[in-house]
Amino acid sequence: MEKPKVATASLAGCFGCHMSVLDIDERILKLVELIRFDKSPINDIKEFTGRCLVGLIEGGCCNDENVHVLRNFREHCDILISLGDCAVNGGVPAMRNGIPLRECLEEAYLNGPTVYNPKKIIPNDKEIPLCLDKVYPCHHVVKIDYFLPGCPPSADTIWETLVALLNNKPLDLPYELIKYD
Amino acid sequence: MGQTIKFTIDGTEVNGRPGQTIMEAADEAGVYIPRLCYLKELTPHGSCRVCTVIVNGRPQTACTQPIADGMTVENNTPELLEHRKNLVDMLFVEGNHFCMFCEKSGNCELQAMAYRLGILAPKYPFMFPTCEVDASHPDIFIDRNRCILCGRCVQASKDLDGKHVFDFVGRGVHKKIAVDAEAKLVDTDADVRDKAAEVCPVGAILKKHIGFSVPIGKRLYDQKPIGSEIEEKKMTKVKS
Amino acid sequence: MNKDIEKIVKQVCESNGQNKTKMMNIVTSLQERLGGLSGDVMDLIAKQTKVHRVEVESIVSFYSFLSKTPKGKIVIRLCNDIVDKMQGGEAVRKAFCDELGVKIGGTTPDGNMTLEETPCIGMCDQAPAALVNDVVFTYLSTDKAREIVRELKKHGDPKKIPHRLGDGNNAHDLVRSMVHNGIRKKGPVIFSDYEAESGLKKALAMSPVEVIREVKIARLRGRGGAGFPTGMKWEFTRGAEGTQKFVICNADEGEPGTFKDRVILTEKYDLLFEGMTIGGYAIGSDTGILYLRGEYLYLKAFLEEMLEDRRKKGLLGKDILHKKGFHFDIHIQIGAGAYICGEETSLISSCEGLRGDPKTRPPFPAQKGYLGCPTTVNNVETFCCVARIMDRGATWFAEIGSKGSPSTKLLSVSGDCSGPGVYEFPFGIKVRDLLKEVGAEDVQAVLIGGPSGQIIGPSDFERTICYDDLPTGGSIVIFNQERNILEVVKEYMDFFVEESCGYCTPCRVGNVLLRNGIENIIEGKGEPKDLDYLKELGESVKVTSRCGLGQTSPNPVLTTLKNFRGVYEKLVKKDEKGFQPTFDAKRAVGDAEKVAGRASVHY
Repeated sequence: MEKPKVATASLAGCFGCHMSVLDIDERILKLVELIRFDKSPINDIKEFTGRCLVGLIEGGCCNDENVHVLRNFREHCDILISLGDCAVNGGVPAMRNGIPLRECLEEAYLNGPTVYNPKKIIPNDKEIPLCLDKVYPCHHVVKIDYFLPGCPPSADTIWETLVALLNNKPLDLPYELIKYD
Repeated sequence: MGQTIKFTIDGTEVNGRPGQTIMEAADEAGVYIPRLCYLKELTPHGSCRVCTVIVNGRPQTACTQPIADGMTVENNTPELLEHRKNLVDMLFVEGNHFCMFCEKSGNCELQAMAYRLGILAPKYPFMFPTCEVDASHPDIFIDRNRCILCGRCVQASKDLDGKHVFDFVGRGVHKKIAVDAEAKLVDTDADVRDKAAEVCPVGAILKKHIGFSVPIGKRLYDQKPIGSEIEEKKMTKVKS
Repeated sequence: MNKDIEKIVKQVCESNGQNKTKMMNIVTSLQERLGGLSGDVMDLIAKQTKVHRVEVESIVSFYSFLSKTPKGKIVIRLCNDIVDKMQGGEAVRKAFCDELGVKIGGTTPDGNMTLEETPCIGMCDQAPAALVNDVVFTYLSTDKAREIVRELKKHGDPKKIPHRLGDGNNAHDLVRSMVHNGIRKKGPVIFSDYEAESGLKKALAMSPVEVIREVKIARLRGRGGAGFPTGMKWEFTRGAEGTQKFVICNADEGEPGTFKDRVILTEKYDLLFEGMTIGGYAIGSDTGILYLRGEYLYLKAFLEEMLEDRRKKGLLGKDILHKKGFHFDIHIQIGAGAYICGEETSLISSCEGLRGDPKTRPPFPAQKGYLGCPTTVNNVETFCCVARIMDRGATWFAEIGSKGSPSTKLLSVSGDCSGPGVYEFPFGIKVRDLLKEVGAEDVQAVLIGGPSGQIIGPSDFERTICYDDLPTGGSIVIFNQERNILEVVKEYMDFFVEESCGYCTPCRVGNVLLRNGIENIIEGKGEPKDLDYLKELGESVKVTSRCGLGQTSPNPVLTTLKNFRGVYEKLVKKDEKGFQPTFDAKRAVGDAEKVAGRASVHY
């Protein structure tokens, strides 16, 4: 039987949650016995090769490309998981949510105390995704099936979750594994 | 010792004394009723509603309801668990609670309550309000993004410190904590030794210069759920 | 600070004895005279009344008629109740905005006039209506709106704007209002002819305990909506420890669609004052307070004159009607725009000069109410009933109406019907009969008891209005087949969001979530699962809220989910792709497209 596939993506995140996936240490050997990674930065597969059982999403949606990727994941994955605080509630990037977009860009590229930008250019290449009016948690954009909070969620949390889901068991995390920091 | 009042919580008999609230009697008996705004030293505020229990069939807050003989209290029921989760969810989406960079994380009662209730993410959409931060005071800062309007600082300042540094202004969703000045805490008589600077259940009022002093793993709620200290009382009682 | 302002503040504080419990009088009076309560003014009030400045700010920021930022000398408050909107209120709003050149909330550049919206001002039977300072304008049209603004620009005095006077005491020299009473049906209890003070005379011939017993035998229940047995309330208050006790009349009728107390205050004030006096006698109190909603300020001078008249007649003051030792007087406390103050403990807070936050119960007002003293708070209509019970006897009273709900009830009827106004019906009237009587045809829904009551459809029209079936404080609003029920629900949820005091979590947050959920469904962004979501959320708000506001505010949602399920089901649709219909990518990227000057390649 073909192994179930798992895809991952990092949207407006710091890759810390992906690091935490790798933090499962030697269990990763067991994991690759159980699953095959599809689209993911871990193996650098850029496009979905087919339907996946699980999609792990790190980070919230801060720009239009994030939304595009997230919706693509929703369409390809049976189970979609918000992995980590940024996916769950926007996290650090969402600190900008009370501030108008133009002000954010000006602070970042022109007015910030550490900015060196003699030509006063706010980057605006057509390759650069457009920011959203605010940073959206993933479940504000698509349906999310499971949430794993934490910054990052611990390797044990990720492991327990994947094992439960792959074995069709209910996800019931013990107290020690529910953390928001 | 005076008269004993007998009542039940989830079918178990509890003895209390006249004048006690359900919360006080339950605490002494080692029965934990989840709560957020309540603090032993202060007059119960009854605003968070997390300690809602069913008393003789009617919802009441355990922190404000006096005990009476023969009263039946339901505390640990699936319905109440659901209501409590909903209340905690509401508090999370109403503010901007970013635990990952909050100094209070690990010692925060709101976070701990969410852990205890097994909340992985709030079921309501986040509101992302715009809130004011006040870092004007040399020793204390206010981050209204995290305030849950429990009123502890208001009362502590008034009743324990003999001041009136804080009060509520506005109503409804616009209700917030204000200070006794045109705008800034530094213009009030707030002092870092005030009780009011200590009682915040979340990271809305914090003392400066001491952030992150306790390592992860040793913070208040890292190992044991909030309320364990009360439940452990019962365990010791049973053992002895 | 400007010396003149300083003088005014000091003068107002001093005339209120620099007493912090008179804070409502101080701040409302200064708001009127100064147009706003700036930081400096609050500082000075605090100093004068020996409280902290933040306490003053706490109050000023609570009531919608008070403000820190200055408002114009003239404040136009347009009623934004759904009934007003149904009668063309939107066009009137637009006419005001155009003519003034400001948006809602705005003040004209010369600082003279401010335009605001306000919830139900108790004129639903003569909507659209507005308050211009304390002057009420009814049956507004776009032409009238423009005329009002033009007149105000000319002379700046709302009282000088020509208007026809209303009927009865609305034409009294101290009222001179265009409001009309609209008494459509007189019943035997409130609107019947009676011999003035005969109830009071008979009460004073009995002992206070006998008076209470009579009220209990009559099985009188509170007419404000909650229906607590009045006799029992009085018995508790009488029995409570305390030398000083208070009688408070709740004339803060703020439930959208209610206006029957306004008519009592205008025409049956004597019956009301008589009832309050009997209350004072029964519980052993020498002080009555009439808490009058800020919207009815236009009646204050008149009512004060009527109280003075009673003093002259020996009906108030010392040894009333020569009853040795029975002293009782009544004063008026004005509110400042807060629906929550109709909740009895909030009302007490407001009387004490505090924010209108409900108080923790227990202790109940009967034990510890106004200023910590035993207090009974009763509705306007309830007091009138008491006077009638004393006059005609408990048996007479109890024989009218239905078995569990004795006597009559005043109903304020508005919305889609040919006869909006006040009706006095015996309890137990069928909704269908009521609709016929008021000239309502093609009815889709009826709101019984205001938004905190229930919205029912035709399948419930055989039910009866009484405490045991469809209770109501009096508000009946009728919606015909053309109305969008979910818009109605949303309007009412907007109202609760606006009026929640914010003290407790479920009411403060939950109502916003309910409102947003309804809005999503109206906009076609709802999914079938949202109906369960709204129901669960509504239940949590009801069960866990601290006072009556939150315990009933989900009712518009919950009762329509039950009675108009089909309306919801037609609008919701599952998103098959698993996307959130509430997320609008195009809108979310709009700001960036503007800033960057290019279109999104994705949306």
